[in-house]
Amino acid sequence: MQKIIESSGISKKFGNTQALKDISFDVSEGEIFGFIGPDGAGKTTLFRIIATLLIPDEGKMEVLGLDSVSGFRELRKNIGYMPGRFSLYQDLSVEENLNFYATVFGTTVKENYDLISDIYSHIEPFRKRLAGKLSGGMKQKLALSCALIHKPGLLILDEPTTGVDAVSRAEFWGILRKLRQHNITIIVSTPYMDEAMKCDRVALIQEGYILSINQPEKIREGFSRKLFSIKAPEKYKLINALRSYPGTVTAYPFGDSVHVTFTDDKFNDSIYDYLGKMGISNVVISESRAGIEDRFLELMEKGTKA
Amino acid sequence: MKRFLGFVKKEFLHIFRDFRTLVILFGIPVVQILVFGFVVSTDLKNAPVAFLDLSNDEITQKVSDKICSSGFFRRGETLLNYNDIDKTFRKNKIKAVIIYEKDFGRKLISEGKASMSIITDGSEPNMATLITNYITAIVTDFNRELAGSQTTGKLMVQPEVRMFYNPSLKGHFMFVPGVITLILILICALMTSVTITREKEFGTMEVLLVSPLKPVQIILGKVMPYFLLSFINVIMILLLSWLVFGLPVKGSLVLLLAESMLYILMSLSLGILISTVSKTMQQAIFISFVGLMLPTILLSGFIFPIENMPSGYGWVAALMPPKYFIIIIKNIMIKGTGFLYVWKETLVLTVMASAFIWLSIRKFKIRLG
Repeated sequence: MQKIIESSGISKKFGNTQALKDISFDVSEGEIFGFIGPDGAGKTTLFRIIATLLIPDEGKMEVLGLDSVSGFRELRKNIGYMPGRFSLYQDLSVEENLNFYATVFGTTVKENYDLISDIYSHIEPFRKRLAGKLSGGMKQKLALSCALIHKPGLLILDEPTTGVDAVSRAEFWGILRKLRQHNITIIVSTPYMDEAMKCDRVALIQEGYILSINQPEKIREGFSRKLFSIKAPEKYKLINALRSYPGTVTAYPFGDSVHVTFTDDKFNDSIYDYLGKMGISNVVISESRAGIEDRFLELMEKGTKA
Repeated sequence: MKRFLGFVKKEFLHIFRDFRTLVILFGIPVVQILVFGFVVSTDLKNAPVAFLDLSNDEITQKVSDKICSSGFFRRGETLLNYNDIDKTFRKNKIKAVIIYEKDFGRKLISEGKASMSIITDGSEPNMATLITNYITAIVTDFNRELAGSQTTGKLMVQPEVRMFYNPSLKGHFMFVPGVITLILILICALMTSVTITREKEFGTMEVLLVSPLKPVQIILGKVMPYFLLSFINVIMILLLSWLVFGLPVKGSLVLLLAESMLYILMSLSLGILISTVSKTMQQAIFISFVGLMLPTILLSGFIFPIENMPSGYGWVAALMPPKYFIIIIKNIMIKGTGFLYVWKETLVLTVMASAFIWLSIRKFKIRLG
């Protein structure tokens, strides 16, 4: 399969801050490739380099077969970019925004309507409304429509679901899956670990380094220990108690429970006694499947120790 | 080309949708013209004058009447002794005091010579000079009348002062060119610099950059709407000053409009240059106001004549584009001269405009950071 992005050894510094360090990955045609990592991990910087907005200090970035630095003019005709912050014209209406981006990219809304019809049909009833007056979910759909209107070969979505409600987020991912029919390659970044499962492949990124690249399922499987989910009424007390327990390797809060690993990958009744002594009762322990987040934390832990 | 037109259309939508932009574009020029025309007039009109008449005869009364009936002055308090002069000045009720010496009328007839003093308020130097000149002129006039009625055969030298170009010394004539100059540079530079930095601040520049639009297209697309609107502004100001103040354009209107276009272009490119160096709208507004408005008012010859400045300031003034436009516009509007008299200034403006455009296209960042 054809490679849409080939990145090798990309590094970027801002002053004394190392934003990206030796980033290498490639994305194949038609893939949904996710970058998962907390705020400040370097996702936006990386996306800006891919989108020809920044020049890397080191390394080579090839996008759609073109060098992202020297071939930027040609490349800009063929990528759709949706920045992290809502960046459409708030004082223009939905329709005017879409028409503007269509003209700027030398096309018309009519020509590529089939591509955006799924998304745009949601906001079409409000086409006379000013973009600034739309709800978060609708703004995001409009921004996506605008980024797609010229049928780009590569769609770059920087944290498209940040600040959007859960229903709209689910809907949005549904739309992205559908776009694959049109053979559009998508790279997307998100701080939400649960969204990683919806990508074909993901890269875990932290402090400018890529920790791991794989299919989300494989990343989960990479978790090296047995994971236990422990529940008790007083969660904060529970975490502290578990962290002080001699057999514990890691203990992280996870939803309403605590995800714990033990040195010998099993637990015995002594843990109930231990927690009981700390004043924690009604403890429920069950074995659990590791998620992306668990693997992420494990990799982070290893990274800091190394 | 279609791309470019799409961009221009978008800019027009921005302008017409934002009430504040429209007010700045069309409201401020009208208000400024009217304010400068009616309020900041430097004309002398009904200035109160006090008299200290130590002679109090027929002639002094005639002189006083002549002064007060001129329309420039009106009779203020009548003083009785020298001590009152300082007091009345401090009350801020009068602009000048006129003193006639004792036996003024008798001396004038017997000796052919009598003295009077004009005391003015030096804390307002411009006004003081103006008053002295006017009163001197009125008294000279009186002298002539006196000489005419008495056939003494004496030759009197009469200094005759006549104001060229602005015979009745009407203030409007001087300020209209100044206001046009000020408004154009302010609106053009301010508006374009703000509209470009707005795209940066709202993050839309990021998307525009990742589009096939070239820097030239973005810049020209920004400039075009403001160019048209500013041109309409010039016509509006000229119409307004003609209708309200009766100020005609003595020279060629076509030449005046062509020179205005050049000046608008220069101001717009200056605005773009400002936007390339400022990151936020506030910065752009600050630079436009402090960097353009103040020098235009102070150093362009709009209010203070450049000839009177210390030599260093003169050099700084030479760098101010408005200076040249004021010269051009005054020449065409008031003196009615042709292109031959303003080609040097036109050349300077052309060079400045080209330099600014070249610089801003070069400085326009095609990437972030």
